[in-house]
Amino acid sequence: MSAAAGRKANAEPRWVRWTLMGVGLGFLFFFLALPLIAVFVEAFAAGVPAYLEALKDPEARSAIWLTLLVALFVLPFNVVFGVAAAWSIAKFEFRGKALLITLIDLPFAVSPVVAGLVFILIFGAQGVFGPWLAAHDIKVVFALPGIILATMFITFPFVARELIPLMQSQGKDEEEAAISLGATGWQMFRRVTLPNIKWGLLYGVILSNARAMGEFGAVSVVSGHIRGETNTLPLHVEILYNEYNSVGAFAAASVLALLALVTLVAKTVVEWRMRKETEMLDAALPPEKVE
Amino acid sequence: MAASSTNSRVLPGFGLGLGYTLVYLSILILLPLSGLVFNASSLSLPQFWDIATGARALASFRVTFGASLAAAGINAFFGLIVAWVLVRYSFPGKRFVDALVDLPFALPTAVAGITLATLYAGNGWIGRHLEPLGLKVAYTPLGIVVALTFIGLPFVVRTLQPVIEDIEPEIEEAAASLGASRLQTFLRVILPAIFPALLTGFTLAFSRAVGEYGSVIFIAGNMPLISEITPLLIISKLEQYDVIGATALAVVMLAISFCLLLAVNALQWWTANRHKATAGVGQ
Repeated sequence: MSAAAGRKANAEPRWVRWTLMGVGLGFLFFFLALPLIAVFVEAFAAGVPAYLEALKDPEARSAIWLTLLVALFVLPFNVVFGVAAAWSIAKFEFRGKALLITLIDLPFAVSPVVAGLVFILIFGAQGVFGPWLAAHDIKVVFALPGIILATMFITFPFVARELIPLMQSQGKDEEEAAISLGATGWQMFRRVTLPNIKWGLLYGVILSNARAMGEFGAVSVVSGHIRGETNTLPLHVEILYNEYNSVGAFAAASVLALLALVTLVAKTVVEWRMRKETEMLDAALPPEKVE
Repeated sequence: MAASSTNSRVLPGFGLGLGYTLVYLSILILLPLSGLVFNASSLSLPQFWDIATGARALASFRVTFGASLAAAGINAFFGLIVAWVLVRYSFPGKRFVDALVDLPFALPTAVAGITLATLYAGNGWIGRHLEPLGLKVAYTPLGIVVALTFIGLPFVVRTLQPVIEDIEPEIEEAAASLGASRLQTFLRVILPAIFPALLTGFTLAFSRAVGEYGSVIFIAGNMPLISEITPLLIISKLEQYDVIGATALAVVMLAISFCLLLAVNALQWWTANRHKATAGVGQ
């Protein structure tokens, strides 16, 4: 009852409310909804057969496969790193922790172009390891390993960034109880830690997968744009667009836009599950404060 | 120190976890970045200065930072409104709209780039209506602002939402019962409370915009001295085999990223402390 009265006292006048809603939603419509609609309209501009034809193109196929391959390769590394980093940062105290967290954030701040460039400087022909790699006939830059390295650089923080605050908020009582009851480290991790963090882990995987499949700048620098070989799907989009093949470019783009939509749905579902779980936990605990 | 030694005795995996983290970070981050600095160190300071302050480089910094600042400002203004609307008002389809805010995080930048370029081109859905007004957006610096606004859109909204949710209604009620108008309450009570978060969101959007490449190059027109961003200049130097020139500019960008990252961390620390302080007063 008091909440309803409070809401009335705290509400803006009706015309202010309508104006704010109009401005806010109008902004989102022009900047988010319209581009999303435009991708699909442009992709189907020449009809469904032309769209399917564009996706059947062997170069489009190989770009899709390369993109999937890179993501499949990178994700396990991100998961292992994320769990290891979050475990040591959230459950233990040590010197230099703040610095370590800042270091993990670094790829979010570094330009993707710079991220790609550093691998050229190390593994490229004039790079530190360049002559050695050339002598042993190993290709890193302008080949698959370079694309994977650049993608790993860009995407490794996502899982760790999700897990650190989650594991910090969960504390370490449950794990300590498991250990004092005689569980081994692995048993504790599988039976206690993993069930606690599974939604957060999935959330981080979803985000890093979206970025891994969509990364453009860093991959563009190291890939060398060899058609049918080192072209990921985003690079394929660029090439077709620059060739004024609008239908082809937007057909490939629509696959990536679809991926983005799936990502948003999966993310929303996981967020909902996480909220439900914390609510259940809060309900199980005695209330601290009576409102 | 004593606490840390007892901790590591109870729970296993500290050495393994931290060891793996440090080795992984060293190989993937520190080694490549030190390679960048090592490469740049072959330049003397005057040479470095000449590259970093060349006409084309300076123009690219001006374009990059100017457009990023404008885009972050646009996002701060509209992001505040969007966050407020999403937290305080209810309307049909709200959950859908809320989920859509993250689109720029999920949509690959190249897709955003070609789509925005098509929308704002002279014959595009939006460009068609702007061109008669004398507003050319695509292939001008204005287009860069549009792309960077898209890219940075979620940052301000997502940092503000939880903070607006946490504002205690009692505070607003107290202001209202003491005779403050709604606008006064907003300016004197709500805005100060959410200001650190607004600044954090602004800095995050700005820092993302400064390094952005994929969404910009399609809509920018990429005219040297006019609409060429620094990341693109780095790539074109690299394509002309001017590795040293690319390295010098990359070092400048990296230094700026570091500063922005530290600023964001300081701001978040400020927000958290402020939050703790107000929570302390409330109890």
